[in-house]
Amino acid sequence: MTEPLETGIRPRSSDKDSGRRSRVLMKGNEAIAEAAIQAGCDAYFGYPITPQAELLEWMARRMPELGRAFVQAESELGAINMALGAAATGARVLVSSSSPGISLMAEGMSYMAGSGTPMVLVNVMRAGPGLGGIGPSQSDYFQATKGHGHGDYRVPVLAPASIGEAMELMATAFELAERYRTPVMVVVDGILGQAMEPVELRFRNPERHAFDWALTGAAGRPARIIKSIDLVPEILEKRNIALQRKYAEISRQETRWATELMDDAEYVLVAYGTAARVARSAIEKARARGIKAGLFRPITLWPFPSRELARVARHAHAILTVELSSGQMVEDVRLAVEGRCPVGFHGRMGGLVPTPDEVVGALKALHGKVERTRERERKQQQKRHAGRAEGQSAHGRAAVTGPPERTHRAEADAHASVRDGGER
Amino acid sequence: MERSVVFSGFGGQGLLFTGQVLARAAIKDGLEVFWIPSYGPEMRGGTASCTVIVADHPIGSPVVDQFDAAVAMNLPSLRKYGPSVAPGGLLIVNASLVTSQTSARADIDELRLPCTDLAAKGGDDKLVSVVALGALVARLGWVTPDSVQAALREISARKRPEIIEADLGVFAAGMEAGRIGVAA
Repeated sequence: MTEPLETGIRPRSSDKDSGRRSRVLMKGNEAIAEAAIQAGCDAYFGYPITPQAELLEWMARRMPELGRAFVQAESELGAINMALGAAATGARVLVSSSSPGISLMAEGMSYMAGSGTPMVLVNVMRAGPGLGGIGPSQSDYFQATKGHGHGDYRVPVLAPASIGEAMELMATAFELAERYRTPVMVVVDGILGQAMEPVELRFRNPERHAFDWALTGAAGRPARIIKSIDLVPEILEKRNIALQRKYAEISRQETRWATELMDDAEYVLVAYGTAARVARSAIEKARARGIKAGLFRPITLWPFPSRELARVARHAHAILTVELSSGQMVEDVRLAVEGRCPVGFHGRMGGLVPTPDEVVGALKALHGKVERTRERERKQQQKRHAGRAEGQSAHGRAAVTGPPERTHRAEADAHASVRDGGER
Repeated sequence: MERSVVFSGFGGQGLLFTGQVLARAAIKDGLEVFWIPSYGPEMRGGTASCTVIVADHPIGSPVVDQFDAAVAMNLPSLRKYGPSVAPGGLLIVNASLVTSQTSARADIDELRLPCTDLAAKGGDDKLVSVVALGALVARLGWVTPDSVQAALREISARKRPEIIEADLGVFAAGMEAGRIGVAA
């Protein structure tokens, strides 16, 4: 780890509260930019678009100060292809944009995935389709997780739910990009880009490794070629098989998720990013009304924490997915749950955000439906076993409040995340 | 404890700035805070608003169903946010611009303040939103006046050191108006 740089932020001594923590009020876009800089970003390419403009503006000021590369390209196409060129030399490269701009970068992303070029792309999502609007949205889930451009490829997708977490995940994004030689996406919605939250100025600069693939000048060694083209089908298939092996490895090693209030949860809300924060507030309200709800929050949208969610689904009465979209992640939720329990959905579009009361309403409706079904099944069972009393109560322990969120990563922790469910 | 306030009015009335002052004061008091602007193609003379949520625990939803307090610096803001104040909540209306209309709600505390006059009395008639912040802090006490004063000093020291004294004077005038109420 290298010496931390002086940050572009001037924390004032009075920002310290009771000497415990030194926290600074930062805008999401600016915090993400500074975290990338502190993670060793060598070059940034971008083109302005709301609601991510402050990210580019921060880089425009800071990168030249540090003698690093900042280019405001002529278009998003220009930016992503400049990024490809810079990343091919082994540089740590960041690109950012918002939804329509990200669409323009699909071709370049596919080339980078095909040629194994590491790069981090931030999407501060706004409402679509088309030019849409500038309001917050999560309607680029399909685009981010299902490949983005053409061809058989995926990219790891990280989805923070707070500005502090976004800062941490920027270093993780560069790490994953270099470890697996792949583009990595970080997705936040417009709210997290525009909002300000207190953050601690803690940064991480991932260790650098010598790349045996980077184009650094071939003097004294054989030339290297970075390309995605291969016109011999048999060879191209081999390349594809190698790519798929890489994706399988990423799925095994890099799945991340978090759970909250799951110990006694009968109803599980699945949400990421800002929607997860709305869900968290809804869960508190629902518990106050006697519905035992918990939160399952994917942090990697790809790889999606399918196995972990499947385990949760075995013990849940029902699942409610909340998104700022028409229902995109809910498809992956249903694939993971495989009918083990009912899966409901609540979402808003067009730049609107579901409120906690709306989510509680959706949860109550789902709860009512499930209770009626369970009651019907109970009666049928009683008929079948006439004469035998059914004393099973669906209601167990009292609601527990306030355990800290647990975050998990990949297989090793999978057991812990569902341990509680197993006790029921 | 989790409380929310929306500051709304014309662009140029200092609403985003005032929200940030409250946010910085909350940090000084060791609280959690979330500040979110209504971002968009808004400019001087257009509408501008920001929501600030303060809490003594990590903040969940950045959107709220009802606000514990609202500051309406013009008529469109009163119409938009008057109905969104939670029962028992506080609504501060800038009576310098909103001369006759009210929220017509009996279940909230509606405080009508001649913000322009009070700001002039404090030292600068342009600092109308700082009047509202003073009244809000005096009535609800979510953050300490000391922290607000320190936050005002810091932000102004960086951007406009010449108005620090006016900021503090106007904040004090707003506090006083919030405590005793002023005939608008």
